[in-house]
Amino acid sequence: MVVGIRDVHYAAGGRPIFAGLDLEVRRGRITAIMGPSGTGKTTLLRLVTGQITADRGEVQVFGRDVARLGARPLYALRRRMGMLFQNGALLSDLDVFENVAFPVREHTDLPESLIRRLVLTKLQAVGLRGAAELMPAELSGGMARRVALARAIVMDPEILIYDEPFVGLDPISLGMILRLIKHMNQALGITSVVVSHDVNELSSIADDSYLLSGGRVAAAGAPAQLRASDSPAVRQFMTGSAEGPVPFHYPAPDYVGQLLAPDEP
Amino acid sequence: MSDRGHDGFLSEGVRRLGAVTIFLARVGAQSLPALARPRLIVHQVYNAGARSLIIIMLSGLFVGMVLGLQGYDLLRRFGSEEVLGTAAALGLLRELGPVITALLFAGRAGTALTSEIGLMRATDQLTAMEIMAVDPLRHVAAPRFLGGVIAMPLLNGIFSLVGLFGAQLVGVQLMGVDRGVFWSQMQSSVELRDVNEGVVKSLVFGVACSLIAVHEGYYAAPTAEGVGLATTRTVVASSVIILLLDYVLTAVFL
Repeated sequence: MVVGIRDVHYAAGGRPIFAGLDLEVRRGRITAIMGPSGTGKTTLLRLVTGQITADRGEVQVFGRDVARLGARPLYALRRRMGMLFQNGALLSDLDVFENVAFPVREHTDLPESLIRRLVLTKLQAVGLRGAAELMPAELSGGMARRVALARAIVMDPEILIYDEPFVGLDPISLGMILRLIKHMNQALGITSVVVSHDVNELSSIADDSYLLSGGRVAAAGAPAQLRASDSPAVRQFMTGSAEGPVPFHYPAPDYVGQLLAPDEP
Repeated sequence: MSDRGHDGFLSEGVRRLGAVTIFLARVGAQSLPALARPRLIVHQVYNAGARSLIIIMLSGLFVGMVLGLQGYDLLRRFGSEEVLGTAAALGLLRELGPVITALLFAGRAGTALTSEIGLMRATDQLTAMEIMAVDPLRHVAAPRFLGGVIAMPLLNGIFSLVGLFGAQLVGVQLMGVDRGVFWSQMQSSVELRDVNEGVVKSLVFGVACSLIAVHEGYYAAPTAEGVGLATTRTVVASSVIILLLDYVLTAVFL
């Protein structure tokens, strides 16, 4: 087990986000974390990376309680993780090559020739060796995400976390990202956590999946199991239906009554 | 304004002052390790300093020229045009140089710092650094802070120098004050103390302006609107603080 989350409670601004969340990520597998918008998927990632700490419960990464780590051990722990941000989060003042080289330069004293080869290898893996000299502003969304992926793997992390990796991509870029996630996992043995609401894409690559709803895990298992679930909430999410326990309408007073009501001053 | 609103305004002010002070301590603590990466700091001195040169030199020239013109007219009424050099030098070195440089710095370099760091926050770049186990305080905030602190006195020096040239241009070339008298009067009555006052002021302004700019950017709300608001706050807060500190420092030096 690489990540273990036990009975986590977390509230932000008085609004409870997690209420008794239990979840685990096993080594060498692709774990999908799904859920409708606003269920705290990104918050979960921030808990795992130690950017925030849970109000109650325990978040373990590599067998260590993240909340109890000081700054130094936490940074040491983070060096074993890679994270792909939704928008890439490339450093805007560095070109593609330097962005990928950034963690290497920060954490090692490797000679320049070695850094160059290392970076070019990773860029080749995401198909962007030719874009090494472009600036982040010159990249399309899909390219930026691939560069960010190259940067995330340049330090050979043991676990790679993807935050909404499929959002806003054209079908070709989407296919490439899917293949890359699968490749990173199979060829390099990187444990992967993919947070997304794209059920279909995830189902094709995930080994395990969790569906979050209402601050806890609504369903867990292989994607096929989730599909076959007879829980109405799970079925609604997996099929993308407007009808079901998750309401389409935000809570509101009676429709007809509000329309016919006299105008308020 | 009601008592309550007044109270809220005051406590908000105290809260922000405290936040900025804590931030200063944190950035200060990271400044020493940041010195190990001189390239980053040099780059920021270039960004905050070299890129402000044109506006600083142009403003310095015009301020000096106005000083020459006003000073000449004023001193002529007392029949003492020959001290124009001293008057211009004291005005520039002790007061106008540091203050106007700092105000221009806040508008040019301070806003650039805030919006740059704010955008880095809004596009998750700072978070990405944290995940890569790189402290953004050390890598982003400290070099920019130090760059601003180093650039400010240098810009002040250039401003005062160009200002003196402008005063000389008007006073000597246009109004006909004797060139020798202009410079020798300045040489004999301006003391090192006066120069020091300007240097200390601009150092303090450099710390204040850079700190405010970096702080506002670092804690900007991570949205386009948040970055815009933070940039405005940088200019407003810097300007008020500069003028307030200027009074305090002047009182200390006199």
